[in-house]
Amino acid sequence: MTGLLDRRLLFVTGKGGVGKTTVAAGLGLLAARSGLRTLVCEVDAQGNLADFFEAGPTSFKAREVQPSLWAMSMDTEESLKEYLSLQLKLPLLSRIGPLAKTFDFIATAAPGVREILTVGKLAWEVRAGHYDLVIADAPATGHIVGQLRAPEAIKELISVGLVRDQTEWMTEILTDARQTGVVIVASPEEMPVTEALELIDRLAETDVDVAAIIVNRVLPELFSRGEEEIFEQLRKPAAVKALSAAAGGPAGPVLEAARLAVTLRRTRAGHLERLRAGVDPTLPILFVPELFARTHGMRATTQVAERLGEEL
Amino acid sequence: MREIERLLAAKEIVVTCGAGGVGKTTTAAALGSMAAVHLGGKVLVLTVDPARRLATAMGLESFGNVETQVSPEAFAEIGVEPRGELWAAMLDTKASWDDLVRRHAPDAKTRDAILANPLYQNITGKFVQSHDYIAMERLYELHTSGTYDLIIVDTPPTRHAIDFLEAPERMADFFSSKFLRLLIAPYKSRFVNFASRPFYSVADRILGSAFLQDIAEFFILFQSMYDGFVERARAVERVLEDRRTAFVVVSTLEAAPVDEAEFFIEALSAKKLHLGALVLNKVLPDYLCDDDAAKVARRLCHDAATAAAALPKTVGPPDEVERVLGELGESFLNFQVVAKREAEQRAELAVKPDIVVSVPYQDRDIYDLSGLLAVGEILWA
Repeated sequence: MTGLLDRRLLFVTGKGGVGKTTVAAGLGLLAARSGLRTLVCEVDAQGNLADFFEAGPTSFKAREVQPSLWAMSMDTEESLKEYLSLQLKLPLLSRIGPLAKTFDFIATAAPGVREILTVGKLAWEVRAGHYDLVIADAPATGHIVGQLRAPEAIKELISVGLVRDQTEWMTEILTDARQTGVVIVASPEEMPVTEALELIDRLAETDVDVAAIIVNRVLPELFSRGEEEIFEQLRKPAAVKALSAAAGGPAGPVLEAARLAVTLRRTRAGHLERLRAGVDPTLPILFVPELFARTHGMRATTQVAERLGEEL
Repeated sequence: MREIERLLAAKEIVVTCGAGGVGKTTTAAALGSMAAVHLGGKVLVLTVDPARRLATAMGLESFGNVETQVSPEAFAEIGVEPRGELWAAMLDTKASWDDLVRRHAPDAKTRDAILANPLYQNITGKFVQSHDYIAMERLYELHTSGTYDLIIVDTPPTRHAIDFLEAPERMADFFSSKFLRLLIAPYKSRFVNFASRPFYSVADRILGSAFLQDIAEFFILFQSMYDGFVERARAVERVLEDRRTAFVVVSTLEAAPVDEAEFFIEALSAKKLHLGALVLNKVLPDYLCDDDAAKVARRLCHDAATAAAALPKTVGPPDEVERVLGELGESFLNFQVVAKREAEQRAELAVKPDIVVSVPYQDRDIYDLSGLLAVGEILWA
């Protein structure tokens, strides 16, 4: 595959609850550990990206949280200030009037403004070459297309002016598959897979490339076929009794837990099949196993990074 | 009488909310099905989630902005005779906005001008906040139509679920804001040269005057609907505050959704809104926390051979049995880590409403009405 980490800008998205931030953090750590200067930016202000690196709260100003790994969170008002001073050479503007209020108003009134400030900041970091790789922990599947289409939308709405001019290079970066890609995270469950497939269809309207699908929380195959027969034998009352006696405690819950694991795995395998069948066979699909982790701290992030490293 | 049942029996509007992926839509549909079956009357489930499988589960080909009834035959097929009727509708933001404009526009000319305005089409389609507002607006519309005894609303998966509650207020504020007047002023007056003032010259340089004019035109048109709009927003707020409305917060026992649920519960109480219940969804079964079973699992991990030798030969070849037993032990301990973390989350819940219901992890997808009713039975009990 065209190395996922060879691109410059990755948008990590997926249905809420599938572990989008986990994967974004893991990818970031993997990239940094393989020597890339990496920026992970939390776009959807859930505010917990920092927990994944155990590094204290993130802000608009990027902070090095691990060697070669920087973390920041998007703040559209700050992004506007930066934009005005850097792009428009309007250093004085931030002193004109109550910027926050004016901004709030314009952002509310003019659709796409928040989105362009977000996507613009990310694309600008790529353009300025501050980092080798920028990873956005992007909005969930419902909102990502709006964000990626923002430069086009602004172009349709605004016929002249500086903002319009800026959309040109943003579009160029976003639609260049060598530079930019969307990473769709799904768990092998009904709705996450459905949303992933729908998103691929909708992304076709944007000219932004889908770089990979990452399936998170894949359960291990517990038994081979022959072992499953033994498992069925073990679940018979006489065997449960004998096992409980031999192990000196109740074996029932242990067997019941395994039955749950087997059923879950089977249900999920069906959704994985549906996902595979629904996408272009050349699209890379990477798997991250269910980690059974205690927390979502640095330990879990490291494990995700390692597993992704093996998959790449 | 059981708690959730009592809650549904006493309320006219139930709003489910929570983080994305926690099972809000299924919970809303399960509650609606149970209410229609056991309590009677006309029950409507209003969802924002276009999950096709859910439509199928409710026995519908599809459903849209207009309410559709779940056919009594769909219930009959699974041997259930509902006392009432179950209806479903999906929120279509664009269609709902169009309806709103048609209702509030002072005349046909303004109406057509608004509907054709490019900015309007953009705002209604992409403006995330408009989604929150229109959900509440549509709820109000359906409620005051007097058609339904109970409406169960599945809210948009907003970043912070609280946003949609504030949407009516924000919408009203927005239309009376100073900046809106400031922006519109130059286009309303032909006598003052505003273009020379700093605000406009900067805005013009950045956005271009044509765009500013588009915005201004749109809001000048929209202002003609201002009174109707603000009045409406206030009415929506009153309905939400009414004792006949209750909120059901849905969460899994993972850290992030729990944080959001707690935040939401506190916000509800700050707004004096009625928290009906907390539904803890996808909870792993209790037996996973059993310490004696954990001892068994550890023994199997460390010394599966002894246990395998003690079992009758009919189970299978001893070396294979040994391997299976090892897997069993390890798998149990893995799941126990997660189950214990969940138990910890539950014990640490900072806010505990009167009604807390746990719904165990469903190892199968919900395909049909009987699946919804099975979840409903758990919520009920």
